[in-house]
Amino acid sequence: MSARLMQGNEAVAEGALKAGVRFFGGYPITPSTEIAEGMAKLLPKVGGTFIQMEDEIASMGVVLGASLAGRKVLTASSGPGISLKQELIGYAAAAEIPVVIVNVQRVGPSTGQPTAPSQSDVMQARWGTHGDHSIIAISPWSVREAFDLAVDAVNLAERFRTPVILLMDEIVGHLRERVELPESIEIYERRKPKSTRAEGYQPYKPDEDLVPNIANFGEGFHIHVTGLIHDETGFPVGSPKVTEESIRRLHEKIDRAGDEIIKVEESFMDDAEFAVVSFGGTARTAYEAVAEARNRGIKIGMVRLITIFPFADKILNDLASRVKGILVAELNYGQVVNEVRRAVNGKCPVKLCAKYNMQIFEPEEILKAIEDLAANQDQTYTVHSTGFEKVKDPEEVENTGGDD
Amino acid sequence: MVERSYEKFFRQNRLPHLWCPGCGNGIAMKAIVQAIEKIPELNQDNTVIVSGIGCSSRASGYMDFDTLHTAHGRAIPFATGIKLANPKLNVIVITGDGDCTAIGGNHFIHGCRRNIDLTVVLFNNNIYGMTGGQASPMTPLGKKATTAPYGSIDRPFNACHLAEAAGATYVARSTAYHVQHLVTMITGGIKNHGFSFIEAMVQCPTAYGRKNKMTDPAKMLEWMKDTAQMKNVWDKNPTDEKFPIGVLYQSTAGEIDYSSAYEKVIEMAGGI
Repeated sequence: MSARLMQGNEAVAEGALKAGVRFFGGYPITPSTEIAEGMAKLLPKVGGTFIQMEDEIASMGVVLGASLAGRKVLTASSGPGISLKQELIGYAAAAEIPVVIVNVQRVGPSTGQPTAPSQSDVMQARWGTHGDHSIIAISPWSVREAFDLAVDAVNLAERFRTPVILLMDEIVGHLRERVELPESIEIYERRKPKSTRAEGYQPYKPDEDLVPNIANFGEGFHIHVTGLIHDETGFPVGSPKVTEESIRRLHEKIDRAGDEIIKVEESFMDDAEFAVVSFGGTARTAYEAVAEARNRGIKIGMVRLITIFPFADKILNDLASRVKGILVAELNYGQVVNEVRRAVNGKCPVKLCAKYNMQIFEPEEILKAIEDLAANQDQTYTVHSTGFEKVKDPEEVENTGGDD
Repeated sequence: MVERSYEKFFRQNRLPHLWCPGCGNGIAMKAIVQAIEKIPELNQDNTVIVSGIGCSSRASGYMDFDTLHTAHGRAIPFATGIKLANPKLNVIVITGDGDCTAIGGNHFIHGCRRNIDLTVVLFNNNIYGMTGGQASPMTPLGKKATTAPYGSIDRPFNACHLAEAAGATYVARSTAYHVQHLVTMITGGIKNHGFSFIEAMVQCPTAYGRKNKMTDPAKMLEWMKDTAQMKNVWDKNPTDEKFPIGVLYQSTAGEIDYSSAYEKVIEMAGGI
């Protein structure tokens, strides 16, 4: 296929379409709107359906209805809209309805800075909805990867019958790059019932991989779908045993498949003594900083998280055995860093390079944090846009040039 | 013995239902399946029942179709997705006065506006029953509820007027007393190719009646009998003492339903 100049949001729409998405429900919000606009134009060309709903809640409801009727579905929004979708993201988790939700992150909380980049919805992706639940969240760093991960998100949603958050940021969403799209992709088709009604089909009976093969509406199975805790028949049951089993299975179906789901990308790690952990648009800047640090003789590598949730606990824990220190670079006040610290469990120091002032990182800022990490392995400090903050040596606060 | 052919439409193993003795929801639920039975094109494999949250919305679990018990207020968006994804399905929404006109109010008016081909049956018991009797947007002025202990000062919605004004193409009202009439109203709604809204007034002796000196369900039904008037009669002497039942509005303008309109979009885009 020939190369094209393409925007990240546009690539998401193209990728989802290639993966078989045939229904989109949405509501306008910057910086995600191009995805809805792309779907409005592309879907009817392939016999699919686009609908602009009255609000974000309805957008989430309409795609869940369409998914239950057999379509592969997508919705897209940004922080405030994702907050509104949370009720029904939980419904999708409980009722096990395949759905992909794109969050093109912007600065929050609330209306925040509507067009400015941020990565501050990471923990919202994990815990935004109420109740115990599992979730998958993946985050691309390039336009081509936005396409690839849109495909992956659709496949994962279908494979595990779960909501999948495609955790974009404004950097990648509005980035334009030359991309070559793949000639062909792998598609995971909707799981099908393995028995008939006469044979006693139970829609929520889990398969060997703990994922149920739920029939679509209109196929004659007369299934019941509810957000109440239900047993294998799909009907609500008010028992402690069923409640416990149900909540456990929702977690285990994802947890057990960690090796299949979790993806990271390592760079310069062969002889690395230190590592930067980053993701999404920020990883582009971190990569440049790591490459420059290498030029300056620092043995540092990079681990880029492609899968954010389930978190790469084992990979990060192993990494901590190989390096003397980890620097987490993220465009927020500090979210992934806590996940890394939990995974590393004290094996090595974990520092934060944080920024939350509407602006993306400059490579020099992350480079400075890397140099400090390499020089002061046993120091605990964080880096903000306003300067370094070192616990042991508060005199040496330096300004990295950012604004408040 | 009276033949109960409609019993096949219920999941016998899910009965008895959880509604209180004297509740009108069962009457309205039965009226829906009797309406389905009257229309040969509808069967248990091509009809989907979608409900929200509340007493009314537990009906879906008892009905032997593909059934969807959604979140509070969200039945219409889910139903819209089902209908658009598979326009061959007949989609019936069961909702309550709180579910439809409070938390789901925005979805309700936009469903009407789009003229999506759904049949929405609102079981109006004038109260939040499931949570124990709080005032709803359809609790009449002055009536008491646990959250309106001195009588409600909130002006209630006339959901039928709201539906008509928002663009529904079929609007009807009936009551749990007028059972056969209710069946006819729902049948008309299912046959209408667009957004159909039927308000089914049902008695709630437990949560509404208890607070308002109407604890006897039979007396509540009698009140419906005495207070409801057929639309053509009521129209001659419109009064707040009575309320009209019947087909309150049916469009004759031939508005296109949303799924059919989108078929044209697909055609224009050159799709399959």
